[in-house]
Amino acid sequence: MSTFSRFLRKSAAKAEDQTHLLKILKAVSTHDSKVEAMKNLQFKDWESARKQAATIKNHVLENLPGFLEQFEKCITERGAEVLWAGNGIEAQNYFLEICRRHHVRKVIKSKSMTTEEISLNETIESAGMQVWESDLGELIVQLAGEKPYHIVTPAMHKNTAEIAELFHDKLGVPITESAEELTMAARTYLRDAYVTADIGVTGANFLIAREGAVVLTENEGNARLTMSCPPVHVVIAGIEKILPSMDSLPLFLPLLATSGTGQQITCYNTIIRGPRRNGEVDGPQKLYIILLDNGRSDLYRKERFRESLRCIRCGACLNACPVYRTIGGHTYQTTYQGPIGSVITPHLKPMGEWQHLSYASSLCAACTSVCPVKIDLHTLLLENRWEACANHQTGMLWRFGLKFWAFFFSKRSRLNFFRRIGRIKLPIIRPFLPHGLRKRVPQIPAKTFSTLWKEYEQS
Amino acid sequence: MNTFKSKIALFIPCLVDQVYPEIGMAMVRFLRYFGYEVTYDPRQTCCGQPAFNAGHRNEARKVARTYIRVFEDAEIIVSPSGSCTAMVRNYYPVLFHNDQVCETARALGSRVLEFSEFVHRENLTESISGKFPAVIGFHNSCHSYRELGIRELPFQILKKIDGLELRQPPGEPVCCGFGGLFSAKYSAIAAAMAKTRLSSFTELGVDYVISNDPGCIMHMRQEAIDRNITVQILHLTEFLMKAMQIT
Repeated sequence: MSTFSRFLRKSAAKAEDQTHLLKILKAVSTHDSKVEAMKNLQFKDWESARKQAATIKNHVLENLPGFLEQFEKCITERGAEVLWAGNGIEAQNYFLEICRRHHVRKVIKSKSMTTEEISLNETIESAGMQVWESDLGELIVQLAGEKPYHIVTPAMHKNTAEIAELFHDKLGVPITESAEELTMAARTYLRDAYVTADIGVTGANFLIAREGAVVLTENEGNARLTMSCPPVHVVIAGIEKILPSMDSLPLFLPLLATSGTGQQITCYNTIIRGPRRNGEVDGPQKLYIILLDNGRSDLYRKERFRESLRCIRCGACLNACPVYRTIGGHTYQTTYQGPIGSVITPHLKPMGEWQHLSYASSLCAACTSVCPVKIDLHTLLLENRWEACANHQTGMLWRFGLKFWAFFFSKRSRLNFFRRIGRIKLPIIRPFLPHGLRKRVPQIPAKTFSTLWKEYEQS
Repeated sequence: MNTFKSKIALFIPCLVDQVYPEIGMAMVRFLRYFGYEVTYDPRQTCCGQPAFNAGHRNEARKVARTYIRVFEDAEIIVSPSGSCTAMVRNYYPVLFHNDQVCETARALGSRVLEFSEFVHRENLTESISGKFPAVIGFHNSCHSYRELGIRELPFQILKKIDGLELRQPPGEPVCCGFGGLFSAKYSAIAAAMAKTRLSSFTELGVDYVISNDPGCIMHMRQEAIDRNITVQILHLTEFLMKAMQIT
C-alpha cells in the first residue's frame, strides 16, 4: 500500500474516533489558554517578539555555514568533538562508532526529535545495546511501542488511566489514578538507568555560535541528568539549530517556552560548553556533537523554502491545526507532524512520496498565525503544491480534472453549457460517487444567479 | 447617508452563482435598499481559487484572466465571500507575478471588497436596524479572518439587530473544514472538521450559524444534513434580509 493510501485510510478512521477527538480537544484547549495568558503576561508586544525572532533566524540562515564553523571552532577548543553527518545513516554510523570506542552497552536518552528522525533507538537496539528514554512522555511511548504523537508532548494522546495500565503491564506498578504516583514510578525506574548508563544522548534546542554552546530546555531535569551522569555525552542536532550568540537567549528561551507549553520559561535550562575540564568534579569526560544535515541543505538551497529552517520545534502549529486535532499525530507517519511536518517532509524524503501531506490542509492559516518565528506555513504548503504540480506528482484525475474545469470556467458560454449537461448528469453520477464525496455535493438549483438576475432586471 | 452613491459591480462567486443564487440576490436587495446602483456582468465565472489552491497555477491563470477582463474597469467590486475576495486581493499579484497583467490585477484587488468591508467603508452599519429574536453564532471564514483581517465588522453589523443573542465559541475562529478541493480529496477529515465546528456552536444552543463565506456555508450545511444537526446556516446577507425585512 502506498504512503498516500495508508494516510487516507488512517486519517478517515481517526476522523471518526470521537474518544480521540475529545482527548485532543481537551489537551489543546488547556494548552491554548495557558499560551494566551503567558503571551500577555510576559511579552509587552508579542508581534514584535515574533518579528525579532524571525529576523535573528534569517540572519543565521543567511550566514549559516559561517556560524556552524564558528560553533565548531569554539566548542572544539573547549574539548568537544564535532562530527558532520550528511544523512541519517552517517549519523547512525558515527553514533555506533562512538559506542564501540567507549564499550557502550546501556544508553540513556532525553527527548529529541532529531534522534527520531534518524531512528536512533532502532539502531541502538539492533546493535545489541539497550536504550532508555528518560523524558516521561517519551518513556510512555517507548514502553507502549509507539512513536511520539507530538513533537513537544509525545504522549498527548494517552490519558492517566491508559498510562496507569501501561505502567502496570510494563513496570509492574499497581494501578493508580494519581499522576504523581505514576511519575514517581517512572522516576524509580529511571534512577538506576542514569547511574548505570555508559552514554547519554540528548538533542539540542539551540546551538550558540559565538560562545560555542549547546542549550537544552526541559521541565523534568531528565536531560540534565542524561548529559551529566554518564561518562560520555552525545548531542545530535540539526544544523538549523544555530543562534548567533548568547545574546539571543533572553528572547528565544521565553519565546520557545511560551509557544511550546505556555510557560514563562522551562524549569531547567542547561548551557553546555564542553566536557568536564581539569579540576571540575562532575560532567561527562567526553562530549561529541553530531551535526545532522539529512536534507536540510536541500531546503536551504530552495530559497522559497529556506524560511522553514527558522523552526524552533515549539509545536504551536500542531496545536493550532484543525487537521492535526482531527487526525492526530500518528496518522502523519512522519517524524515531524502537523503543518511544519507537512511543509518539510516532502523535501526531506524521496520526492513525490509525501506530497499528499501538502494537500492535507484546508489552508486556514491558523498555523501561520501562531508561529513564533513567523514561518508562512500555509503559503509554503501552497508552494509545495505548486512544486508537486510542476513535477507531475499529482494524480492524473486531478491533473485532467482541473484542465477540464479551466476550459469550462474560463468562458461563460462554456460554463452555461457545462451546467446544462451537469444538471442532467449529476443525478445519474451521484449514486456512483464515493460516499464521503457524495454527501459533500449539494443539490443544484434550477436557476443560477445569472438567470435570477436577468429575471430581476426585467421585473 | 451619502447623497452620491458609487456604482457597484457585483462579484458573484461561482458557488453562489451555481448553487446558492439566493445569497447573491440577498446582497443585491441589501445594496438596492441603501440606494446603490448595482451592476452584474454575466460574463463572470470564477476567480480561479480552486485550481490555485490545488497548485495548478496555469489553470488558475486561465480562469483568472477572464475575471480580470470582466472587472478591470469596475470602480467598486463587492463580493459575498471573504475567501474569493482574498484570492483576488492577496493572491492575484502572486499568481501573475512577472506577468503583464500583474499591475492591473494588483489595482483590481484593491477595489474588491468583501460584503462587511463594504458596509463598513460606506458607513452603513449605523443605518442598519431590525428585530430578530434568536440565538445566533457567527462563523468568520478563515480567509476573511486571517487573509483579510476582518475581525469585528460582521459583529458590529449583527449588533444592530434587536433581540439577537450572540454566542461565540471561545478562542480564535476554527476552520469548518471546507478548504475547496481539500474537502473532496480528504472528505472524511473535512467532514469531521465540520462536525467539530458545528458542535462548538450547537453546544451553545444557537438557532442560527451565520457566516460570510458560501464555501463554509455549503460545507456546514451538507454536514448538518448528513448528521441531522438541527441548526440553520445562513449567509450574513440572507440573515439581514430576514432581520431587516427587506423584500
